Formats: sequence, structure tokens, C-alpha cells
Amino acid sequence: MSEFDQLYRELILDHYKNPRNHGLLDPADARAEGQNPLCGDEVTVSVRLGAGDVIEEVGFDGRGCAISQAATSMLTDLVKGKTATQVAEMQKEELLDELGIPLTPVRLKCAILGLGVLKVALHKARGTSLPEEWGTSTRDLVLD
Amino acid sequence: MAVTTDPKLDAHRLRADFAVFEELVNGKPVAYLDSAASTQKPRPVLDAMREFYEHSYANVHRGVYRLAERATTGYETGRRKVAAFVNAPSEREIVFTRSATEALNLVAYAWGFDNLGPDDVVVVTELEHHSSFVPWQYVAGRTGAAFRAIPIDEHGELQLEALDEIAREGNVKVVANNLVSNTLGTVNPVEQLAAWAHEQGAIMVVDAAQAAPHRTLDVQALGCDFLAVSAHKMCGPSGIGALWGRRELLEAMSPFNLGGEMIRSVSLERTTWNELPYKFEAGTPAIAEAVGFGSAVDYLSDIGLDAIERHEHELVEYALGRLSELPWIQLYGPPAERRAGIVSFNVEGVHPHDVAQVLDWEGVAVRAGHHCTQPLMAKLGVSATTRASFYLYSIPEEVDRLVDGLHKVKKSLG
Repeated sequence: MSEFDQLYRELILDHYKNPRNHGLLDPADARAEGQNPLCGDEVTVSVRLGAGDVIEEVGFDGRGCAISQAATSMLTDLVKGKTATQVAEMQKEELLDELGIPLTPVRLKCAILGLGVLKVALHKARGTSLPEEWGTSTRDLVLD
Repeated sequence: MAVTTDPKLDAHRLRADFAVFEELVNGKPVAYLDSAASTQKPRPVLDAMREFYEHSYANVHRGVYRLAERATTGYETGRRKVAAFVNAPSEREIVFTRSATEALNLVAYAWGFDNLGPDDVVVVTELEHHSSFVPWQYVAGRTGAAFRAIPIDEHGELQLEALDEIAREGNVKVVANNLVSNTLGTVNPVEQLAAWAHEQGAIMVVDAAQAAPHRTLDVQALGCDFLAVSAHKMCGPSGIGALWGRRELLEAMSPFNLGGEMIRSVSLERTTWNELPYKFEAGTPAIAEAVGFGSAVDYLSDIGLDAIERHEHELVEYALGRLSELPWIQLYGPPAERRAGIVSFNVEGVHPHDVAQVLDWEGVAVRAGHHCTQPLMAKLGVSATTRASFYLYSIPEEVDRLVDGLHKVKKSLG
């Protein structure tokens, strides 16, 4: 298999071209946006929670590389039916197994952007734990 | 029962790693006794940097291509090695800076301006290098905080009994101290100061630039909140240093330098900061230098910091012994058992610059001046001293050449 086919395997291209759960929910119980400063990928995730904080519906919007958008699309399928706590504790490997492609450290950041943003959304809405790399955005610069 | 090791290094053998010792200056090999200012560089460090430039160089972090990936791996491996060297709980707590000076400025600016005010007290010591003294003096002045220095006694050791009086002056918020004095070699009781600082609700900021080359560092055992080191004083390249900071403090701090790499997103109205440690690493960093820094850490670790400390201790004992035989030499600093490989002295009636000049003709390189410690010079009642400092490659024969040279100084100028 060529290197191209390994990375951009059919499933990835399918999710990129036909993203699942695309479009933001309104209203939503949890919502967050995030960026990957390395390549400028952007993802916004919105979630509706049912009894026991189970994720009933999830929708996302974004723009960026095929890996970041396809991974977020696959993630939305993966997390439906899980509780907020389960998602907060979800290891990145679970998503990476689903992706099933070799990733360099730089592209890894693309792949787990959506997962990080979803965890931030649940953290804001339900106080669940945050991945460590998302804990630093204090004292951001905001101009009125 | 634990097996105790008695490490010993072979300085004569290690000198083969340093091409500079093959160099003749004025027809004489150099007796390099200025390692406290900057150390010489061993071949493995130079090789690592050269190899990196030849095989793995690109800018770090952003590139998708393989060369950029290799460069990023090299740079981040350097960070991992430095983190292990100071026993940091996480690599994310290691920020690469230009120098220890920049690391200390980072804390003074990014922590100091947001946390200091008129009722607060910033505490340094009379032993500080200007890089640990002036940034705090400046930020204290700008924020209205009081600025106090712990005095030293006649041996150049801190008078901790002064702490109670300092605590009565206001809310002590910062205690800044060097672990090892660059001028006198005094090994300071940083653990004790850190405990006192925390009792006051203050942060403890440690300048370890002069300690890191010579003794095992453990930020967790020291109990400090920030610690600064510099690569060029520990066999690494110049142009790079590192700051270790406790994560929760680094996270709550504003950035220091702004620009590329330190952002997560930028718009006209709002800019958000990148994750640690990148929030504090704006701009293209010193990439090959980080590789060299990591290689220097390996070099020192392979020799063993305990062995290095012991070797320097033996040299200092020997030097103090020989110099104290000369009645026209005034020695400064604590006894050998409480000092690192540094000996500061004056020759009666001769200015240190003249001492250093005559010694240079003998191929002996020493430093003369205030060593960036003017408050300490004032306390000692001198304008300058001559300083000989030792490292893992220093040998007793160089101490002998120093003493021989000093006899010539005395004869010609004294």
C-alpha cells in the first residue's frame, strides 16, 4: 500500500468528504470551539445530554485538514451513548485505533483536536476533567 | 545495607574530549580557570550539534514533512533530558529560554507584575548575581513592593536570623536566591529558604546557573517554585537556558514574549495562548542548541554529578591550601566543605585586572572584576576580586601554575 493510501485510507476520505453529525445543535447543552495552532485547524462541537449526562446528540462544524475533520466526524459516532464522564476519561488511543493510520507527532495533534474540544465542552457544562494540554488558556488577551 | 559508591573522575582522561586543551596560547597550554563564567565544550556535544545540523535540521513544531519531524524530535528530546536532569515532575514544566538570565526575567515580569503591590516584600540576598537581583529590584520598584536583601556574614554565608525582621516589613511574596554563589562558591541553604518562603506565602525562585554544572539538582527535593539553569555553564552551547516552574504557577501566569508559536488562536479582538511550555516560547527557538543542551546533560550524567562535585571539592581544598600559604593573598568565601569549585581572592596592593593580565602571560585564564555581584563587592569592601573556578577537566597542575603566576604578580607589581 502506498504511503498516501495508508494515511488517507478510504474510510478517512469518506468521513472527510461526507462528515457525520455535521452542523451545530441549537440549542445545545454543551459547546466549545478550539484550534490547533500547528496548522490552523478549527473545530466547534455541540452536544445534547440526556438522563445521566448521556450524550444523545452531537454535532460539529469546522475547517481544516482531512485528518482533523475526519477524526472529529468519527469521534461523533464514537461518543454517542457515552456519559460525559466516560468521554472525559476517554483515552486518545481509542480514537486513534478507530482511525487506524500511522501518525507523526504533528499530525497526532490534528487527529485529537476534536476530542480535546469535546472534553472542553463537557468540562464547561458539567465540570468533567480536562486533558492537561487544555488547562493553560488562562489570562487570554481579550480586547473590547 | 545500601552500597555506597565512591565515584572518582579522571580529569586527565576527560581533557582529551576538549580540543581547546591542545591549543597553545603564547606558546603555552591554557590553564582555563574561568569555568564559572562559561565552560569549555566537549566533542560529543559539538558532534551532536553538527550531526543535527547535517542530518535533521528544519524549523520545529509546524512542519508536516519528515525533516521537520526529526528536528522537532531532537528539540523535544533535549527538553526531556533537561527535565530529567532537574527531576521535574513533567516536561511541560521546562521552558527553553535564551539563558538563565532570561528565565529569571520571565518569572520577574510574568509573575511579578501580576502578583506584587505596595504592601509586599521581595527578598533577595547580598550574594545574588545581578541576573537574580536586578529583575526583582526593577519589578519591586515598578509595583511599589519593598526590596530587601538577606545579609551575609564574614565568610560569605547567609545570615538567616535576619529573616524574622524582614517578615515584619510586609507580605513576603518572593524569595530569590542562587543555589551556589558565582563569586564566592557559597552553597546556600535553599531548602531552608524555600520552607521559610512558603510559610510566608511566598514563591521561591532559585538561580541554579552556578549549581547545575556541579551538583545533582532536584527541584522537588529543593521545594522551590521556579529554577533557572544555563547550558553554557555545563558543557552545553551558549544561547540557551531553561526555566523549570511549578505547573499551576506557569498556567496562571501571563506570557512573557509574544509572537509565533506561543498562541493557540489569533484574531483582531482576541488571542489565546498555547499550552505549556509553548506559551512561553515565542519565536523560533535555539533548536540545535537544545540538542546540544541535551547532549551536555548526557555527558555530565555519564560522568556522574557526584563525581564532578567531589573532584571540584578536592581542587578547591588544594587551591585554598596553597593560596593560604601566601600571606599577601586575601581569600574570600566559606570553608571548602561549604563551597563549590570557586575561589575568589585578592593580591595585596594589586588590582585584580593587573593580576589577571600577568597571569594571562603565563597562560592562566582567570576572571577579574565584580563578577556581576556589585552589592556583594560593596559588602566585602572591595571593588573587584580575582576568581579562579574549576570544572571536571581542571587538574591540580593548573592550580600550581596559578600559584606560580601569582608569585610573578607579587614580584612585579606587589
